[in-house]
Amino acid sequence: MQKPTYGRFGGQFVPEVLMPALNELEEEYERYKGDPGFLRELNYYLTEFAGRSTPLYHARNLSKKYGTKIYLKREDLLHGGAHKLNNTIGQSLLAKYMGKKRIIAETGAGQHGTATAMAGANLGFETVVYMGAKDVERQRMNVYRMELMGTKVCPVRSGSMTLKDAINEALRDWVTNVENTHYLIGSVVGPHPYPMIVRDFQSVIGKEVKQQIMEKEGRHPDSIIACAGGGSNAMGIFYPFIDDTDVKLLPVEAGGCGIQVQGKTATHSASLGAGEEGILQGARTLILQDRYGQILESTSVSAGLDYSGVGPELAHLAETGRIKPGNVNDQEALNAFHELCRLEGIIPALESAHALAYVKKMADTGELGDLVVVNLSGRGDKDLETVLKLKVTDNEEKQ
Amino acid sequence: MRIAEKFRELKAKNEKALIAYICAGDPSADATREYVHTLVKGGVDMVELGLPFSDPVADGPTIQAASDRSLEAGMNPDTYFELAASIKEQVPLICMTYYNLIFRRGVEKFVKDCAASGITGIIVPDLPIEETDDILKACKAHCVDMIFMVTPLTDKERMQKIFTKGSGFLYIVSRLGVTGTRADVAKSTKEVLDKVNTALPRAVGFGISNGKQATEVIAAGADAIIVGSAFVNIIASQDNVEGRLEELARELKAGCIGQ
Ligand SMILES: Cc1ncc(COP(=O)(O)O)c(C=O)c1O
Repeated sequence: MQKPTYGRFGGQFVPEVLMPALNELEEEYERYKGDPGFLRELNYYLTEFAGRSTPLYHARNLSKKYGTKIYLKREDLLHGGAHKLNNTIGQSLLAKYMGKKRIIAETGAGQHGTATAMAGANLGFETVVYMGAKDVERQRMNVYRMELMGTKVCPVRSGSMTLKDAINEALRDWVTNVENTHYLIGSVVGPHPYPMIVRDFQSVIGKEVKQQIMEKEGRHPDSIIACAGGGSNAMGIFYPFIDDTDVKLLPVEAGGCGIQVQGKTATHSASLGAGEEGILQGARTLILQDRYGQILESTSVSAGLDYSGVGPELAHLAETGRIKPGNVNDQEALNAFHELCRLEGIIPALESAHALAYVKKMADTGELGDLVVVNLSGRGDKDLETVLKLKVTDNEEKQ
Repeated sequence: MRIAEKFRELKAKNEKALIAYICAGDPSADATREYVHTLVKGGVDMVELGLPFSDPVADGPTIQAASDRSLEAGMNPDTYFELAASIKEQVPLICMTYYNLIFRRGVEKFVKDCAASGITGIIVPDLPIEETDDILKACKAHCVDMIFMVTPLTDKERMQKIFTKGSGFLYIVSRLGVTGTRADVAKSTKEVLDKVNTALPRAVGFGISNGKQATEVIAAGADAIIVGSAFVNIIASQDNVEGRLEELARELKAGCIGQ
């Protein structure tokens, strides 16, 4: 009776009341994922509404600086400003085919919430987004954006008041309203079949990269780098290359202010690199926890990476050695943020800046090879307030 | 004490069971010991002792807050088992917690520690039957009952699987949602009870908070009622806690007798 898992990882650790909904979701997804009508409609929205395909851009100046050829996969140019819309369009369409009337979602940075609001408004759903009260504060613009599109944003005041608590609250809503509601999870996390569904909808990124890099370079890249919070932009760009073992797949986690634990808080968000096996929010995966199994709060300058778990498939791929996790700290990410602004005229999301910082960190080691693709998962307009605030405190400290 | 023994004892007296949930260590282990004593004095037949988890997804605000208070005061699985072992009342003790705490301790060790400290039943709200092979094996080895939930959405086929895996009693979640007190409970209760055809005692929980509801649920055919948030609210109020716990237990138990 065991459901498909990723090695030891994955599974369905949820209240009994959700099991029928998960089974229904799995069945309906299996039914529609190859259905020509569904795929035609999905493709229509991805092209005409979201703006796919996104460019694979040769970053000349960055390449020159690091002495290796660097391409950026421009998910920042997708409608909404991040890769998140690939998944929300896919799942909303699925929810429509399933006859659901209401969609709910959690959000950290507000990017997934915004992408859910966009898909929800366009496809005519009642849309509710749960967001940690702390994130509501630090991502105010995204809250306004969601509200403009008719989404109800519910601030969550339990626990650390961030992404993990928003997921808890979304699960509580789903437990109560499961009959008419689809829970639109924003990353490759949660119980089966979510990690699979989100990965599949995000795989459009990697499929395009494969085609684009063959057209431009006539070969596979030596390495692909993507930031990993829950891991959806990473799985999306990695997955079509999983069997191409000539390509290094490098997820980059948030090192925060160092790989340590202080009381009930990890000063980082590197669950793949520094987490331990456990069960969080429906899946067996690598998580940040204390010796008893209580979940630690995570830390990162970027709200989208600030999460105590990671997708179970990434945990499995890390264990088998197919992907090699790394991390960069807050300061390294901020430096990379500024560098891309100045060198290329592109303002990256702080999440994506972690992937860029890893290029800088690893360039001299020769590990990355001569042809590197970085997933620029989002644009940084949402982060300007955070960056400006840090700059101000930085100056104050210097004085 | 084993759960089945308690149900036999009650049956002989023509009574239904009152099961109380409180969160261990809220606000301290000593207080919990006192509260268990008081609840049993008031007529509670079995006690679910919550082992608090940082991320309790099946619980509403009342039990979330209780978990936070308990964790803040330092409760952990080690002190939890010490507390359980120190409880003198001759009633079945049931551990209610989330799976990561069990997984982290080691499933076999966790169940063994339950048995050694006098806990004879386990409820894990985030563990559906699909994921229970390990814990069922350990429960069997250590004579601990694994209690499962059914909900208004559980279909016949699933129910049948749940009946064969569970023991002690069947936990019937009377309506969709998280734990917490509710104004009306009875409506969907009878519908679910009518669908549940098992030899196991049928305990109804989620939302019951007063004697009137207790009477209605028992009249609908339940063998037991489970009350949590209403007791936890009294504990949270810090106002004449023991007096009011005993009073509420008496009121609820009255609904379990002589129907
Ligand atoms: C731009 C961007 N990149 C990355 C992430 C992290 O999510 P994931 O690891 O699922 O791609 C987020 C999350 O909000 C984001 O907004």
